Amino acid sequence: MTRFWRPPALSLRFFPVWQRNFLVWKKLAIPAILGNLADPALYMLGLGYGLGGLLREVGGVPYLTFLAAGTVCYSTMNSATFEVLYSGFSRMHVQRTWDAILNAPLTLDDILFAELLWATSKSLLSGLAILAIVWVMGLAGLGQTLWLIPLIVLIGFCFSGMGLVVTALSPSYDFFMYYFTLAITPMVLLCGVFYPVDQLPPALQAVSAWLPLTHAIALARPLVQGGAPQQVLAHVAALFAYGALSYYAALVLTRRRLLK
Amino acid sequence: MEHVAPPLLNIRGLRKTYGATEVVAGLDLAVVKGECFGLLGPNGAGKTTTLRLALGLTAPDGGSVSLFGLPVPAEARRARMRVGVVPQIDNLDPDFSVRENLMVYGRYFGMKDADIAVRIPGLLEFAGLEHRAEARIDALSGGMKRRLTLARALVNDPDLLFLDEPTTGLDPQARHMIWQRLRMLLGQGKTLVLTTHFMEEAERLCDRLAIMDHGRIIAEGSPQALIKSHIEPQVVEVFGEGVERWIGENGDAQCERTERVGETVFCYTRNSEVLLQQLGQRGDLRYSSRPASLEDVFLKLTGRDLRD
Repeated sequence: MTRFWRPPALSLRFFPVWQRNFLVWKKLAIPAILGNLADPALYMLGLGYGLGGLLREVGGVPYLTFLAAGTVCYSTMNSATFEVLYSGFSRMHVQRTWDAILNAPLTLDDILFAELLWATSKSLLSGLAILAIVWVMGLAGLGQTLWLIPLIVLIGFCFSGMGLVVTALSPSYDFFMYYFTLAITPMVLLCGVFYPVDQLPPALQAVSAWLPLTHAIALARPLVQGGAPQQVLAHVAALFAYGALSYYAALVLTRRRLLK
Repeated sequence: MEHVAPPLLNIRGLRKTYGATEVVAGLDLAVVKGECFGLLGPNGAGKTTTLRLALGLTAPDGGSVSLFGLPVPAEARRARMRVGVVPQIDNLDPDFSVRENLMVYGRYFGMKDADIAVRIPGLLEFAGLEHRAEARIDALSGGMKRRLTLARALVNDPDLLFLDEPTTGLDPQARHMIWQRLRMLLGQGKTLVLTTHFMEEAERLCDRLAIMDHGRIIAEGSPQALIKSHIEPQVVEVFGEGVERWIGENGDAQCERTERVGETVFCYTRNSEVLLQQLGQRGDLRYSSRPASLEDVFLKLTGRDLRD
């Protein structure tokens, strides 16, 4: 069915869909903020102080500082993933919100683009909250950590796109467990959130090099610790490619699912 | 020469196949401005797929659809600007109040908030929900939800409304209220296309009906014309312990057509007088006599087998 493969046709009509999600979020902002923001912050501080007391330095900096860069990335990833998986699936399949929108002069291309941008927006908040903690605690100066803001947007975009593929394929909420167990948790453990990737056996390091979270952390860590990131273009391109190709794949799969 | 307005919806030779099943199998229909067009058919006849094709939500495997003169699905987005849809399954936004549902939906049509706000009181009144504007969706009854869905479909002041089984699952009170609202819309000059399997609904509302089965239209016309052209005007239903004996004695000789369903014999005839006299003399039978209805036509044309 070639018509499912046509490239995305985007229009400004996506905006009211983004706005709809924002309005819902506003109603539930307090629990949402607690869930998305407090949880990773507690992990960072708990591990940072608890383990940090046992470790002299990790990667040449105090453990809490080391952990901060990983937590910014991982918190952004989680926030984007949860949004497109659980909330996105509710809107697509359970509440049939997308069906209602499709009866208006919008296309699925608009809806998926809105969901992508919405999850990116929401994950930006999660990333910024960790960044705010970094600033408040004086773990890093404002200076080049401001570059983390566009990086957080890119990370959110990347994982929102990837999550939309899972949502498009999912028959029920239970299906998400595969993605968490086979993709998200391994990334948290392999991509350098809690310890440097070079602590891993070479085979796992080779796997790690292909994972998007590794690219995110490779950019974020020097920015927090005050160095210059290496191979910036390659990492940015990898994150963008993961997000963009996933968005396209999710669009094709969702068209097959809803417009058949 | 009489001027004939072009149809708002024009479907020609439409086909849609899923796997090995041709769900829509060469369908032609045209709906003109101001009429109520009813699409009747058993479950799985292809009614909902036809509506989806008409809205451009799925691409046909053959044939053409034009909506307001625009080709669908190519120009479906533009065509849907002037369309309202009441879907079969409620999809109101449970995260929002009644008022917010209307506001958020209006934005999908590119309407400005101020313009939607102006329309909302009228829509709430139409739906009989003036006092429930701030209620959450899960606090509404089934009938209220349907009325809100109908009001939501009117937010863009559409010229044409598609209604997919608008009263399925409602109690009689709620159903009558929806019918009354739909008649108001017809009075305002709106065009309605509705699918239903309630014959009464079709008979009350629609100027013109098409009975659909296996993806095809098998009969089309006004409710009265369909009854007149497809079925004998009188129906006598005969039942009771003596039915076997009665059939054995050729008691149904007066019937032009009989149908046996379980313990009941349906006798279709142009003149039931003699039959009723004969039946009146028997003590082992019960019977009832009535004029033929659209439901008789429907069952004759689509059969009595269950469609699951």
